[in-house]
Amino acid sequence: MSTVTTASADRDDRSAGGGRPATNGHGGRPRFGRGIRSNERIAGWLFVAPVIVLLGVFFLAPIIMAFWVSLTDWQGQGSPFKSGVPFVGGDNYTRLFTEDGLARRDFMTSIRNNLYYVAIVVPVQTVLALGLALLVNNRMLKGKSFFRTAFYFPSVTSSVAISVVFLFMFANSGAINGILSFFGIDGPAWFSDARGLIHLILGVVGVDNPPQALSSGGPLGLTWWDWLSGPSVAMCAIMALVIWTTSGTFMLMFLAALQSVPVALDEASELDGASRWQRLRYVTLPLLKPTMFLVLTLGLIGTWQVFDQIYVMSQGNPAKTTLTPAFLSYRTAFKDFDYGRGAAISFVLFLIIVVLTLAQRWVMRDRDEPRRRFRWLR
Amino acid sequence: MRRNRFRGAAVAVLAAGTLLASAACGDSFDDGAAPAQQSSGPAALQILIGSSGDAETAAVKDAAAAWATKSGNTATVTPAQDLTQQLGQSLAGDNPPDVFYVDAGRFADYASVGALEPYGDKVDNPGDFYQSLKDTFTFDGKFYCAPKDFSTLALEINTDLWTKAGLTDADVPTTWDQLTSVAQKLKAKGTMPLAVADTRDRVGAFMVQSGGWIVSKDGKQATADSAENVTALSYVQSLLKGGLASYPKALDAGWGGEAFGKGKAAMTIEGNWIKGAMTNDFPNVKYTVHELPAGPKGKGTLSFTNCWGIAAKSKFKDQAIDFVKAMTSVDQQMTYAKAFGVMPSRQSARDQYTAAFPADKAFIDGAEYAQGPVNAPKMDSVLADFDASLNTLAKADPKALLGTLQKNTQATLGG
Repeated sequence: MSTVTTASADRDDRSAGGGRPATNGHGGRPRFGRGIRSNERIAGWLFVAPVIVLLGVFFLAPIIMAFWVSLTDWQGQGSPFKSGVPFVGGDNYTRLFTEDGLARRDFMTSIRNNLYYVAIVVPVQTVLALGLALLVNNRMLKGKSFFRTAFYFPSVTSSVAISVVFLFMFANSGAINGILSFFGIDGPAWFSDARGLIHLILGVVGVDNPPQALSSGGPLGLTWWDWLSGPSVAMCAIMALVIWTTSGTFMLMFLAALQSVPVALDEASELDGASRWQRLRYVTLPLLKPTMFLVLTLGLIGTWQVFDQIYVMSQGNPAKTTLTPAFLSYRTAFKDFDYGRGAAISFVLFLIIVVLTLAQRWVMRDRDEPRRRFRWLR
Repeated sequence: MRRNRFRGAAVAVLAAGTLLASAACGDSFDDGAAPAQQSSGPAALQILIGSSGDAETAAVKDAAAAWATKSGNTATVTPAQDLTQQLGQSLAGDNPPDVFYVDAGRFADYASVGALEPYGDKVDNPGDFYQSLKDTFTFDGKFYCAPKDFSTLALEINTDLWTKAGLTDADVPTTWDQLTSVAQKLKAKGTMPLAVADTRDRVGAFMVQSGGWIVSKDGKQATADSAENVTALSYVQSLLKGGLASYPKALDAGWGGEAFGKGKAAMTIEGNWIKGAMTNDFPNVKYTVHELPAGPKGKGTLSFTNCWGIAAKSKFKDQAIDFVKAMTSVDQQMTYAKAFGVMPSRQSARDQYTAAFPADKAFIDGAEYAQGPVNAPKMDSVLADFDASLNTLAKADPKALLGTLQKNTQATLGG
């Protein structure tokens, strides 16, 4: 998110000259002191001062303080800025990546879980949101506002309340398994089933035990077999919940963008003989590109930071298959009193999000302007 | 433009630096080396409790108010939403409550960083506490804090399901073999015989019965991969595999007591807190409580306890100790026992307790041979990892599970 805002701010800066008076190029004019507009500068700073102070105190300072904590072995006794707090440099970070141990295994497990989570939730919720938006944007649809409200409703409901409802629905004798048994399917014990989806599929084709090549080793403390487990059954239930709740919000964004697409454009292409699919693919979607970027970015950030559903529904169980970096960071800091490592995890998570957002920005760049290829870097 | 950017960056850095400095200044620069200033006279004690429910909160509030009136101090009791987290925050903020509950499993974490005042021997007659509880709250040879009360695990049996399977009082299992055979009879009648939670706090009891435990007696060595522990886990695995036992989650219950109360299992292994849950949620279910069946190395159970921790940084340590004395007197402990069903931590209260609650004999008898939680710092994530692996015990190799536990425990204990 941060990269998006700074990039656009930079652009404004360039075009508007930063709102500052030019210091040269006015040679012919007499100069009184520092120029008649110098008061404006002070006034400008005064006007933005409250926001700067608020952002600084509640945003920047805590981040810098947390970064300091991530470099120490602070035990949570008194302030972390005292002289007695042991400074350990990058130890908290290296333990997450290079030292074989529980810390690394937990962290890598959480990364694995979240990777599968992101890989499934982001595409599905985006497609679903777009589909819903196209549906309720349909001019022929009756009772539009009812459907809009209905689709948006999950997003405005408290995530804790929804999580609890889903806990009941996915209970062993809950609604989901009731429906499944109606079709003769014996539903799983959703929130205690730690089996990974890919493992389950492999089990169907007869691969129950990992082949030697996959179980003997692998990168970063987990075996290849562990990396390739797929999301667990419990994680799938959480994914279903998140997709259901967030697609409403994103639907609203797509809807706003769709309504600014000129109807004339659509009609013109229809007259030109374009099919429905062609109109969607070559007229509507290109116009939705900025919104698509926004939705994907917000989706990516939101899914990497997933916390409250995990906290309410599973606490990382069963067998750590719903452990995510955000929840692990909380648990490490506030349950294990290892504040340094907890802070380190959250900074690694921050980096992951920034890198992925940059990568996504690069993928979605405007290809028809080759000279501005590296603009996203600035 | 370049210059402006630099200046902007400089301003930002300066602003951040100033903010950071001012934030750090707020904490004052006393390094905590000097003991906290002690205040005499009337104290305003802050007491943070991890309450089991309204009954406990009310009982502690009443007791604190009585003490306050008698001693001329004030005492504010706050029930915590999340004790560990709230305590962590207040310790980090240099403003801990004076007195607070310390869970036995967490005790070493606090003691090792110097958050607790080691006052254990200053209360009246410290030798009267059960030795296993004193051991639990001893760190580096110092008895830190007075045990508040304790609970042990026992075997609860649903009377209706038991008789329906044609079993009588004579069939109550006292050994693992008998447990297996009654479980098979119950299973033949279509009931799930045993609900046992997938945590070291339940399965660990089998390890104790088999003569093993996760760490050595002095808490300095990892003994997780011993043959005794493998025997214990293999036995539990055989129960799970044979459909003779099940984890509560698979029975659609949050914990063993819920599965038991709903009649989804004929037996469960839980502590004396189950009494309150049964009276409140399942008043019509009849059940009996027995000591856990003995394993190859005799009887074994686990004890759970809290102590009255006093903050090392408290300003009113003397008054706090006086408060704890009042809270751990025999009379007060009996009041608590009657109010919310805990067992007094003083041996001299035992007879009174068994007289008042004859049905709880199995629980209090367990005190003789109970094993307390692992008391070494930073073990929580290791044990949580073990719990997670117990989740898959039905299919996993017990040796491999214990091997991982051993490796992680060794790394944490640094031994």
